[in-house]
Amino acid sequence: MKIMQSFASMSRRPHRTSHAAATVAAEPWLARLRQMLLIRGFELEIQRQFLRGEVHGTTHLYNGQEAISVGVCSVLRDGDYVAATYRGHGAALALGISAEALAAELMGRTTGIDGGRGGSMNVIDLERGLVGCFGIVGGSIGAAIGAAISAKRHGGVAVAFFGDGATNQAYFHECLNFAVVRCLPAIFVCENNLYGEFTPMERVTASDDIAARAAAYYMPSRKVDGNAIADVVDAAEEAVRHAREQGGPAFLECLTYRQLGHSKSDPATYRPTEERDAWLARDPIELEKARLRDVLGVDAVQIAGVEADVARELAEAIEAALAAPVATPENDCATEYAA
Amino acid sequence: MSVAAEPQLEYRTAIVEAMAEELERDERVIFYGEDVARAGGVFKATPGLHERFGDERVFDTPISELAMCGAAFGAAVTGLRPVLEVMFGDFMTLAMDALVNQAAKWWYLSNHRTPVPLVIRSAVGAGGSFGAIHSQNPAPWYLSVPGLKIACPAFPADAKAMLKAAIRDQNPVLFLEHKRLYSLKGPHPQREVEPLGSARVARAGEDVTVLAIQRGVHDALAAAEQLAAEGIDAEVLDLRCLRPLDLDAVLASVGRTNRLLVVDEGAALGGWGGSVIGAVAQHGLEHLDDVWLLASPEHPVPYSPPLERAFLPGGEAIAASVRERLGLGAPTTT
Repeated sequence: MKIMQSFASMSRRPHRTSHAAATVAAEPWLARLRQMLLIRGFELEIQRQFLRGEVHGTTHLYNGQEAISVGVCSVLRDGDYVAATYRGHGAALALGISAEALAAELMGRTTGIDGGRGGSMNVIDLERGLVGCFGIVGGSIGAAIGAAISAKRHGGVAVAFFGDGATNQAYFHECLNFAVVRCLPAIFVCENNLYGEFTPMERVTASDDIAARAAAYYMPSRKVDGNAIADVVDAAEEAVRHAREQGGPAFLECLTYRQLGHSKSDPATYRPTEERDAWLARDPIELEKARLRDVLGVDAVQIAGVEADVARELAEAIEAALAAPVATPENDCATEYAA
Repeated sequence: MSVAAEPQLEYRTAIVEAMAEELERDERVIFYGEDVARAGGVFKATPGLHERFGDERVFDTPISELAMCGAAFGAAVTGLRPVLEVMFGDFMTLAMDALVNQAAKWWYLSNHRTPVPLVIRSAVGAGGSFGAIHSQNPAPWYLSVPGLKIACPAFPADAKAMLKAAIRDQNPVLFLEHKRLYSLKGPHPQREVEPLGSARVARAGEDVTVLAIQRGVHDALAAAEQLAAEGIDAEVLDLRCLRPLDLDAVLASVGRTNRLLVVDEGAALGGWGGSVIGAVAQHGLEHLDDVWLLASPEHPVPYSPPLERAFLPGGEAIAASVRERLGLGAPTTT
């Protein structure tokens, strides 16, 4: 099976976490688990609100890929930038946008992070380093190299999240080359979930090795298990260190799987059942909970406490978002230009 | 200083002077493009900047228009003020996503929190036998995109003062330089910056308003001189910016002359000229005795010099068109 071949070809580094369990403090990992749980719970709630008619248009849910945005964003610091995709709720929450402000945005409320003007595919918050979520496949890659030009001046880095589909866009090839020749501190994170919308990657991509495409541009690149957050964090730390210290770009291919369809109207019946089941059995949240218990010795009660805390936060966030006023012509005052 | 002693400013020198002054004034300004740094640009509009400001601020790029524009957007929303040269306006087709879907929309989508201060300079327009795909004016493709500004100066003084204004602007600006103007000389600007969005009367007149941009302004001025000798007093209005549109100035001029000719080097359908006429019809119909558009034929820009000359609405065509609409014959030749 193609996926298994992909896993077999991953360049695995020594597994820090499994060998050094006793010395690794659990707190940062619990914080990351908390963020993954928040994203998962948020997406499930958004699905419910969509069916209730409170979320409009379309949504692209992030279920199953949480370890990637949480893992990568957890190694960033103030002054770094992130450009994400239309499947961007995870990145937004991982950067610290509150569940309430994000839910309100998706519900078209004035209290949304962008006042209800953007919606699910267009979340922007430079205050938290989010250059934006980009509705066109590959758009995040171009924005990230520009943010990297800025970040280079103060020792920062810029991250582009994008999917396997984007690696066939002009943005991918032009911008990887641009980042190398201009020595930009850009980190390109491909979330390879094996499908571009409804089409399997292998049917439309002249390579089964995206990291190798980056390597062809003489860029340091790594392929990791995107459902194992410890692996993502390890690779992201290495990439960020390289970008900060050497000033040049780095590439991560994170293998993962979209647990749901492409968008709200897609039941994803085109995917083989055994493939889907194999990936659902490797749910990043369940994998991490097991690791926390079995390797880091975290008490199951403590994990349950985090889950309850997240559920409470989400319930309050959704309630507050629903109670906020809808953005209307009466309370919106758009101008064409910035003064 | 030699510059002060020189009464005339060349258009391409206006560009490099504006660039140098703004690079000097604000360290957030960066400038890049294809062959703009070491070579000084294929139209020689940016020599010396790389040597003076260094490779981190003025640099050559790969031939990657989409990456260049995406990078300009990303740099602008994170605090820099990028100026980018797209060598020929025709190449902007490759950069549309970054410009239309990103730069033009972030101010609105961010709920007025994130301005996008970038400038794309580009050489545009026909008349040099560059052929169909190095001669277009890309303005109409972008005219319907709210959030963009489109500047198209006709004179060296405006080229300098408007480029400085564009670089200081908080919004994405397309700064379109007509190829047949780079060697034009004229007076230095009287003001340091010329705000974007105001038209200027290039020649006052009473009988008809000829509205134009870029090279078309000079063709209109030449036509007005011919017509003056025949007793027709044409006003020439230089629009200077297509977006924002100075409709007040157009209506004021039409209020004086009651006749409006718009000269547009591009095609009639979907062009900027037709858009202006539509706005005048909607807001100033009571002023109009006549209104018409002189545009180019609905096919690509030809290569052969005689074909290209016939294709473009030059001074002779403008004068002939005015005579025809005013019911006057061609001047008697001796």
